[in-house]
Amino acid sequence: MMLEAKNVRKSFDGREVLRGIDLQVEKGDVIAILGPSGSGKTTFLRCLNFLERADAGELVFDGERFDLHAASRADIARLRKKTAFVFQNYNLFLNKTVLQNVTLGLTLGARMKKDAAREIAVKALEQVGMADRLDAYPSQLSGGQQQRVAIARALASSPEIIYFDEPTSALDPELIGEVLSVMRQLAEAGMTMLVVTHEMDFARNVSSKVLFMEGGSVIESGPSRRFFEQPKEERSQAFIRSIIEARK
Amino acid sequence: MNERLWGILVDSFPKLLDYGIRVTVPLTILSFALALLISVVVALIQYAQVKVLRQVCRFYIWIIRGTPLLVQLWLVFYGLPSVGILIDAFPAAVLVFGFNEGAYMAESVRGALESVSRGQLEAGYCVGMSYMQIMLHVVLPQAFRTAFPALSNSLISMLKGTSLASTITVMEMFRQATVINGRVYESLGLYTEVALIYLAFCTLLTWLQRIGEKKLASYGGEKA
Repeated sequence: MMLEAKNVRKSFDGREVLRGIDLQVEKGDVIAILGPSGSGKTTFLRCLNFLERADAGELVFDGERFDLHAASRADIARLRKKTAFVFQNYNLFLNKTVLQNVTLGLTLGARMKKDAAREIAVKALEQVGMADRLDAYPSQLSGGQQQRVAIARALASSPEIIYFDEPTSALDPELIGEVLSVMRQLAEAGMTMLVVTHEMDFARNVSSKVLFMEGGSVIESGPSRRFFEQPKEERSQAFIRSIIEARK
Repeated sequence: MNERLWGILVDSFPKLLDYGIRVTVPLTILSFALALLISVVVALIQYAQVKVLRQVCRFYIWIIRGTPLLVQLWLVFYGLPSVGILIDAFPAAVLVFGFNEGAYMAESVRGALESVSRGQLEAGYCVGMSYMQIMLHVVLPQAFRTAFPALSNSLISMLKGTSLASTITVMEMFRQATVINGRVYESLGLYTEVALIYLAFCTLLTWLQRIGEKKLASYGGEKA
């Protein structure tokens, strides 16, 4: 087991958003976290990387335990070295070029030499097809290009797992494909990924497992194929039906 | 214009300009540097919500913005000596101008800091940067760009405000004009002349501001 989250709980102003979520991730897993808006998916993902402080919960990562509520700053920094996060709004550093966006974490965070960082960054940018725009600023790129740079930034730190928070939700429909195809490549290369998404094709065809959440609880989890073809829970069935309806 | 007045203006011009360059400009630069330092520190303390210090900063801004600059100047230069604090005129002016404008600029910088998306901070954390690193390399540069027009405003207003230092015996450009006027009684001509020199200085600053804004615009675009 590479990552295990246990009993993750979180409330905002007395409203329970996460009611004790459990998750297990094996190396190489690509897990799609699905569910209607407001089900707590994003909050759960953010808690795993301490972007949000859970009220309770435990994370075991590579055998090391982290208290999701009370971990120290040093613990959090150590955990984040092994993880990467891709945001819905990309969150590229707006005052930095494409290349700098990828190298900054390496030179400052990981204290790498400039040349070495550049080499890694260029490689990561090649992987997402953005190596020809090294000197562009985020504002000069399309949303799809920005998100690919964000993925390169995530890759550059050689994380053990990448968290994706609705990576295509802010994109114009015609730009979604380029981001999904990069994610598909990563999945095929064996990257461990945890993806909050509304892209059912991705969940169905690329992800290996599904975690279906509603109202702050996990309703059903298991292999993707089984989830889509033979959902066990009534609410999962309703969810899948609603998606099929929406497509018509 | 009669020949006498013209002669006076031509004679006084190099003298005024000399005091402008040797006193008004350095007084402005030093005061602005102090104000910038104060404003960034005060803004950062509030942005990072440092306990206690934050209240101290609010108090400082409240006091400074709520009292006239001229009164502050006189309080420090004429008032403080009676409790044994004697500061020479020039440094007293720098201190008062710096602390005064610093309070206004702190609000501009704080507003600019808060306009930087929180996502920038989160992205920085996620790639392993520390709070200080993110502030230094990502948030402050972006805030600086946003605050730049307001800070330029402060600089221009400060340049003109240094004329108040004449009231605490600093021999700067305006006081020099009053001194010359005391000899020749040509208020309209001399004060127009000194006003035009201030105008020229401010025009130069406006021009520099435009160049600065162009430079800062290099990464273009809207905020995410």
